[in-house]
Amino acid sequence: MSKAVSVLNGAQYTGIAKVEDAGLQGMITLRGDLDSKALKAAVKAATGAEVPAQRTISVAENGAAAWMSPDELLLLVPYEDAVAKTAELAEALAGEHALAVNVSDARGFFRLSGEGAREVLGKVSPVDFDGDAFTPGEFRRSRLAQVAGAFWMNEDGSFYIVCFRSVGEYVFKLLSAAAHPQSKVGVY
Amino acid sequence: MLILECPYCGVKAEETELAAGGEAHLKRFGPGSSDDEFHDYLFMRENPKGVHFERWRHANGCGKWFHAARCTTTLEVFGTYTAQTSVPTQEIIDKIAAKRPGWTWREFADEQK
Repeated sequence: MSKAVSVLNGAQYTGIAKVEDAGLQGMITLRGDLDSKALKAAVKAATGAEVPAQRTISVAENGAAAWMSPDELLLLVPYEDAVAKTAELAEALAGEHALAVNVSDARGFFRLSGEGAREVLGKVSPVDFDGDAFTPGEFRRSRLAQVAGAFWMNEDGSFYIVCFRSVGEYVFKLLSAAAHPQSKVGVY
Repeated sequence: MLILECPYCGVKAEETELAAGGEAHLKRFGPGSSDDEFHDYLFMRENPKGVHFERWRHANGCGKWFHAARCTTTLEVFGTYTAQTSVPTQEIIDKIAAKRPGWTWREFADEQK
């Protein structure tokens, strides 16, 4: 099998915040009834995390589950396990009205850290990043300038950003431009 | 800037996160209907000055369609509600009646009138 490479293969940029390609991340899109017992058990088995509440991400030691819409979750698992976990999910949910798809190679994954992280993301997204409005554990699907993207905040104040792989280079350049060392606005 | 609250994910989404879907509560006239009905279904749209009902999609978000009731002159939003309905919900109708007594829109109107 060919060697898997993340969208920008570890590229980094440092300005008022640090933008970096976060490497390969296993991602599974799961659609179905989020209240169903079988689905809750399957999510727990695959990621170790509970089914998250609306607009949040629940993180476990070796995986996470993020709320995408009332009938959709994004499951984060180790990249090597994505294929096997997708098969396990499909098996566990046989008979349910649900669908699990491995989308690991269809996504770009970035980490944004440093003091200016809120500000950098605030420049490219129509979301309120005030300390009270956007807190760790919150998961938000929105817009990164001209493309769709999703992001959440970690306990240490850094962000993880997910986008389509086809626009990965655009998102990296966009965040890098927004993180230019002389571009501090000082809002957040 | 129009700000609508998505009833599915609770996000107060601004216009650039949304996609407009045109007039709400259209009744489809397809095979078996008369030419006039089909013509009206295809082309005749409300263009009111005041209360209006629209479809919107939270395109850069949860991706769900929903309905919104707003005023075209003041951009005041009366409320958003589920897409799984072919008539405005009673809650929305009451909210509009409180602010625009005597409103009408297609076959819907202020019940107090």
